[in-house]
Amino acid sequence: METSDKHEKIAFNEENERRFQKLLPHYPTREAALIPALHLALEQYGYVSREVMAYVAERLDVPLSKVLGVASFYTMLNMDPVGRYHIQVCRTLSCALRGAEDVVAHLEKRLGIKVGETTPDGKFTLSEVECLASCGSGPVLQVNNEEYEENLTLEKIDAILDRLQ
Amino acid sequence: MEGYRRLKHNWTIPRAWDIEVYRKRCKFGYETARKVVTAMEPAAVTEIVKQAGLRGRGGAGFPTGVKWGFVPKDAEKPTYLINNADEGEPGTFKDRYIMELDPHQMIEGMIIAAFALQAPQAYIYIRGELGLAARRVQAAIDQAYEAGFLGKGIFGTDYSLDMIVHRGAGAYVCGEETGLISSVEGKRGNPRLKPPFPAVVGAFGAPTIVNNTETLTSIPFILEHGVEAYREHGTEKSPGTKLFTVSGHVEKPGVYELPLGFPLKELLYDVCGGIRGGRKLKAVIPGGSSAPVLTAEEAERTHLDYESLMEVGSMLGSGGVIVMDDTTDMVWALKNLTHFYAHESCGQCTPCREGTRWMDDIVRRFHENRAAEGDIERLLDICDSMSGTTICALSDAAVFPVKSFLTKFREEFEQRIQRGTGG
Repeated sequence: METSDKHEKIAFNEENERRFQKLLPHYPTREAALIPALHLALEQYGYVSREVMAYVAERLDVPLSKVLGVASFYTMLNMDPVGRYHIQVCRTLSCALRGAEDVVAHLEKRLGIKVGETTPDGKFTLSEVECLASCGSGPVLQVNNEEYEENLTLEKIDAILDRLQ
Repeated sequence: MEGYRRLKHNWTIPRAWDIEVYRKRCKFGYETARKVVTAMEPAAVTEIVKQAGLRGRGGAGFPTGVKWGFVPKDAEKPTYLINNADEGEPGTFKDRYIMELDPHQMIEGMIIAAFALQAPQAYIYIRGELGLAARRVQAAIDQAYEAGFLGKGIFGTDYSLDMIVHRGAGAYVCGEETGLISSVEGKRGNPRLKPPFPAVVGAFGAPTIVNNTETLTSIPFILEHGVEAYREHGTEKSPGTKLFTVSGHVEKPGVYELPLGFPLKELLYDVCGGIRGGRKLKAVIPGGSSAPVLTAEEAERTHLDYESLMEVGSMLGSGGVIVMDDTTDMVWALKNLTHFYAHESCGQCTPCREGTRWMDDIVRRFHENRAAEGDIERLLDICDSMSGTTICALSDAAVFPVKSFLTKFREEFEQRIQRGTGG
């Protein structure tokens, strides 16, 4: 993942440029490719900064204000940087009934941060998210956009954190 | 449980998401789509789906064949088919498994549906969090293109169909069909007033049919085996089988395919092994969090079909069955849900934007023993302002849990007032 350094010019890397060009013909308007384009930028830069928004606005020929409106609407399009591992714990009812609050408490303890915060070394960000569609195997967490970690126990959480060290 | 295998039958076949396996070992192997596209008239396909009585499996339960028929015959713009795979209704996780385990049956259903609509373009709107599902589905689509089942002139006919995955980015309201359409157009996922209905004016101003993933996955069976076979299970008004997702305090949570009309009591105690740890049932939400909650007594005497659940004051919805045992603090549970709706409101309509936030604040007061006299009445009053007064049904969806919890578990809320005032 690259950093969105203000001095560095924002642009899709070769692979993302290829993917961007491939998806354009499937839409009748350029604007419709906005969220897919933001997903590519999100993957590449880790968050949707003002520079990223300006770049995508230019590529799609839409106003920056429109891109800002879209980025601010969707939960996944975070406009602030997150740690290398964004740990997202489902907090909604079915998972809560199976101990999601204990999962969050344990993660807060092990990472030394509260929900919404990032560890000082920039490695972990901890978030609570809404229903991830994994209710039968809760409690559940997702690291970045990876496969869900399901049927969590405190031991499993420890193993996940150890693996991510 | 044998005999109800029209949706889950490929899930136990390893690598069914690989087209080679799907064609050799799975139903329907793209052979049903081939027969439909090469030998049937589009209008005849719609008629069969209409007669089969399939109802939308996303939550609204609107008859699918009827919806398809709303596309104007003289439409100037080409029709879009959109698979609503935004599965966000709390308690629901069936479409995710369809996409991860059996994407080809879903695609086959979409091909048949798109053909019936003569739609040249189809999108699969997959919620952004489901990264694995999106990868599996896109890979399956690529394989279908290679095999000539998608693209220009499919199955050797002159009907062409383009299909891609379009990922969402985290917004429950995009599961609402017009919110989804706004999102596909590259905008904030704000729902729109109906009429006009999407079938007439939808995405990019063109006729658009938005169908739930499970609905589309149900199509191949209907075309392969016919109306009578489809209606062999289920009830008169709720024919067929459905995927029910059970979560919460049961021994065996999971996805279960059952005929509509199945007794909820049997689902809880026989299929799902009863309440976890042998505890007592307290409450059940039968159709995803937007469905009114049932007491244990109500749950044990009702059936899982659209009509029965309406009769008992709730709804089938998405079929997301959330089970709560007697350890559950209903104030805590409601607080969990009010937070959800407050977060997910798109913000367009004042009653919903302000109401969801206000209800969340008040219910949190209850949980923290700070509720004031009149707070129950205040909540019910807000519910009235939010019902039927907004562009989309998210507002009504937020009201159902609040109203039903307050009605059926009122004492727990009243106790919190007394504690707060030292009474």
